[in-house]
Amino acid sequence: MNLSMKWLGDYVKADMPIKDFCHSLTMSGSKVECYEAEGSEISNVVVGKILSVVPHENSDHLVVCQVEVGKDAPVQIVTGASNVNAGDIVPVALDNSTLPGGVKIKKGKLRGVESCGMLCSLGELGLDKRDFPYAIEDGIFIMQEDCQIGQDIRSAIGLNDTSVEFEITSNRPDCLSVIGLARETAATYDLPLNVSAPEFKGVDGDISSMLRVDILDPEHCPRYCAGIVKNVKIGPSPRWMRERLRASGVRPINNFVDITNYVMLEYGQPMHAFDLRYVEGAHINVRLAKSGEKIMTLDGVERELSDDMLVIADEKKPVAVAGIMGGEYSGIMDDTTTVVFESAYFEPTQVRRTSKALRLKSDASSRYEKGVDPLLSMTCLKRAFQLVEELGAGEVVKNVIDCDHTSYSPAKVEFSTEWINDFLGTDISEADMKEYLGRLGFTFEGSDVVAPSFRIDIGCKADIAEEVARIYGYNNIPTTDFRGVARAELTDEQKFVRTLRNAAVSLGGYEIATYSFVSPKYFERINLPADSALRNVVRIVNPLGEDTSVMRTTTIPSMLDVLSFNYNNRNEKACLFEIAKEYLPAKEEKPFINGDTLANSGAKKHRYEYSLPDEPQRLTVGMYGGEADFYTLKGMVEQLLDELKISGVEYIRATDSDAFDEKCALHPYRSAVILRDGVALGIMGEVHPEVQEKYGLGVKTYVAKLNIPELMASAAEKITYQPLPKFPATTRDLSLICDDEIPVAELEKAIRGAVGKILEKVTLFDVYKGKQIEDGKKSVSYSISMRSHDGTLTDEQADSAMKKALKALSAIGAELRS
Amino acid sequence: MKEQLEKIEALAKQELSSCTEIKALDDLRIKFLGKKGELTAILKQMGGLSAEERPVIGQLANKVRADIEEALSEKLTALKSEAQSAKIKEESIDITLPGKHAPIGKLHPLTRVENEIREIFMGMGFDIADGPEIDDDYHVFEALNLPPDHPARDTQDTFYIEKTGETILLRTQTSSVQVHVMENQKPPIRIISPGRVFRSDAVDATHSPLFHQIEGLVVDKGITMSDLKGTLEMLMKKLYGNECKLRFRPHHFPFTEPSCEVDISCFNCGGKGCSMCKDEGYIELLGAGMVHPKVLEGCGIDSSVYSGFAFGLGLERMVMGRYDINDLRLLYENDVRFLEQF
Repeated sequence: MNLSMKWLGDYVKADMPIKDFCHSLTMSGSKVECYEAEGSEISNVVVGKILSVVPHENSDHLVVCQVEVGKDAPVQIVTGASNVNAGDIVPVALDNSTLPGGVKIKKGKLRGVESCGMLCSLGELGLDKRDFPYAIEDGIFIMQEDCQIGQDIRSAIGLNDTSVEFEITSNRPDCLSVIGLARETAATYDLPLNVSAPEFKGVDGDISSMLRVDILDPEHCPRYCAGIVKNVKIGPSPRWMRERLRASGVRPINNFVDITNYVMLEYGQPMHAFDLRYVEGAHINVRLAKSGEKIMTLDGVERELSDDMLVIADEKKPVAVAGIMGGEYSGIMDDTTTVVFESAYFEPTQVRRTSKALRLKSDASSRYEKGVDPLLSMTCLKRAFQLVEELGAGEVVKNVIDCDHTSYSPAKVEFSTEWINDFLGTDISEADMKEYLGRLGFTFEGSDVVAPSFRIDIGCKADIAEEVARIYGYNNIPTTDFRGVARAELTDEQKFVRTLRNAAVSLGGYEIATYSFVSPKYFERINLPADSALRNVVRIVNPLGEDTSVMRTTTIPSMLDVLSFNYNNRNEKACLFEIAKEYLPAKEEKPFINGDTLANSGAKKHRYEYSLPDEPQRLTVGMYGGEADFYTLKGMVEQLLDELKISGVEYIRATDSDAFDEKCALHPYRSAVILRDGVALGIMGEVHPEVQEKYGLGVKTYVAKLNIPELMASAAEKITYQPLPKFPATTRDLSLICDDEIPVAELEKAIRGAVGKILEKVTLFDVYKGKQIEDGKKSVSYSISMRSHDGTLTDEQADSAMKKALKALSAIGAELRS
Repeated sequence: MKEQLEKIEALAKQELSSCTEIKALDDLRIKFLGKKGELTAILKQMGGLSAEERPVIGQLANKVRADIEEALSEKLTALKSEAQSAKIKEESIDITLPGKHAPIGKLHPLTRVENEIREIFMGMGFDIADGPEIDDDYHVFEALNLPPDHPARDTQDTFYIEKTGETILLRTQTSSVQVHVMENQKPPIRIISPGRVFRSDAVDATHSPLFHQIEGLVVDKGITMSDLKGTLEMLMKKLYGNECKLRFRPHHFPFTEPSCEVDISCFNCGGKGCSMCKDEGYIELLGAGMVHPKVLEGCGIDSSVYSGFAFGLGLERMVMGRYDINDLRLLYENDVRFLEQF
């Protein structure tokens, strides 16, 4: 909403500094976005009179003018315009003047002749023909205004208003009007508000013989007021009206259209004017559209209507979509002779639904859908006719039509000073509260406060508290610490995630944040099989683009994207992690469970019609460059699990598990699934070279994904201290030779099984292939630490344990290296 | 003999003083005090002394021995200390060479600021509540006094989920968690709920289709608007220091009444007005208000007994303000050169 300060002045004496005005209105609830003084870019431009025009001595298209500008001597100005003659009144930009767009004018010489300024066109003043319809489009603006020679051009042409832009919230459509904002201004500053009821004289005539109106759907249109103007004179509206429209951000068109816009801006009530010629049968029906009925709206688009949309129709066809936009052919033309004015109340939801379905919005619809004052229709019709008469634009038929099915009763709310003070934490007197509310148009009836008809947002005590609070001043409300104690605690899951996040950071991970939605193209990019369950995604109906159109079922592609972004930014290495959700469509519908009730009232909870997806949390790790290899990643995973007190996990080849379809994105021989008691906790490995290439990653890249709920279920709840050993440990080294195929985990398992209780630690310290080792074999070296809690181990005990170990190793094909 | 003894002592001290090596000290010790040393040689002549002279000379000889031993010992200490100093000096290093780093990661700036806010609220007795990011229309809109066809829905630019008839959607505000909490918990309620929200905004320097909010909700008997003001003031003073000023402006949210927007004095100019705050002196920070009675009632809470306040703040804006980040996209691009700065 753009407000003309000059216009506002009609209703309230708002002569405070503009900054003060903007601040105060903002603080009382009408937020000012910005303000702009019209013509602020124009300086040192005055009204001038051309005294003489002579040809330029060195040019055949330039002329030299002597111009009187209200100073002792005329100034000489050279111009290329061909429409200036002696006696013309013109805008003159003097030496050292400025014009819109940062243009600066200085005196200089044009082909050897001195020019002390510039004669201006409308365009150079930031205006166009709609502002001054008598002016020509290209050429100097020959003024026909009532002004003085030497007068500042801004006041001479009315370019001296200030326009204030308000951000009006959806609950206050009454403030989308000059009078509404005048009321707020008056209440804010405690000033008188001067609004008088409009009157018009009218001419005699029998309106019932000229026009008939029937409301066939009073539910959606409770009131329709209409009247007629005969013998209309279509033309531009007067300057003051054009100026105010311009300051309100509305372009002047012609007197009738301007009047409808003027009244809408003034009162907030949309108006419609149309040519009676096109109302077939001179009969208006306000009815629901027929399914498939069509109308060409003013914007030149043909629209198909459905039977839940309200139209203004004549006997044959719709002439307007009610409250939204008129039909193209019903508008005011230059040869229009009789005009119908409409001022109606349309039910907000109806307008909103139709506007949404047709994807058609207008100034009118945006007001109707929020709710206009239900009692305002007739006032505004009268105001329009008052203006028609003031402008001499035609003869208004005295009788008007008023189809009124309104069943309005004002909103009443219990008024309790005590309740309001208790709610706000204030100590405002009853007299002050009543005074504030009175300024805003509220009245009192017994123990109730009654809302004015334009306040469609009032319905409960809290609403009244807000009115009191905003006039009292939010910043005058005291600040307190609220009473009562509360015990705050993190949930087990929140604690677990905190531990996990801290562990990931301490292991060198940089935390990242990625979008929850991704491109469905990721299926192919990570080589997901056609029948993978991960392809069953939650899809967004109205995404911003394909790249953000599905909710991810795996976090790995998001990690790969970030790794790729970093690689392409020439970052040598990266070690990243993210704790975030996957979104998995519900496996089955989860219907309302009987007995599922609200905690406070015991009433049944809202029923889900569709099951919500699962949103499990995942830890995703990704790395490339530097030390990164499979074992670096595995080390990080192992240390994370250790930090989370998860023990007894085993690593199996990802290809031997069906737990994670993301295995297709990993190198089949360099990937693992992490298992504990048969539960898959996660997957990790080197990214498949093919996938690496698709992501534009020119280095070996490693990712891991761990399922947080499963990790949590596997974590030891309690840490138990192990007593420190009393007796020394005995250590033996074993160097073994075995087939390369045998995983070292099997060797370790054999050692553990054979050595038994006295085994303390098995440390692998070398794996060797190559010289001195037969092809297809490897040498594996362990350091085995043994200890007893009962006494120092003897050499015999240790040797015997080693013998058993070697025997067990031999059984799986590993022999002592000689 | 006396002269001999004195001469030995003088000689020993003289040789000692010119000795510079620990090894040479041993030679001196043998030369003067050893079994075949000079002092021993003299003492062997003691037999030829008279009974009167013998104790006198014996005493003198012992004193000379002790003196030489002491001088030797002193010299040894001095030489050792000298050697040590020399060695330490040789071990001089360039202490301006860089240290060896153990790998350590970084928290994302969003997490850092979120953690700070969580801690402040936990200190005030707020629990942390989580809620679904994909939720139904009822919890995100209807229960928050935004019935179908409410004009305020326009401002939310909601993403809807396919095949659900626009009933399942990506939450546009963490306010939905208020409803989940009030459905399941009796007052007193004191929670915050940080999380992701989604709106159909194209990506630019200040917009992202995904961002984070932190919702707050307090419901109890006798909760007032001044409590809301006190809580937010406490939060901001802890986050931004005691000098920061808050400004409460009336606003409209369907789920609170009265509603307000809260501005904080500009981080850059402190309230005087500059280009960063568009000459306002204040920067818009969050929305808040008293929980609308309809919202309480819809969740089964008797609004004639209980009242409450709620607020929602945008995490990205606070992060950007805190670290002077001028482009929101940096937070989601995750360039390591950006991440390592926190």
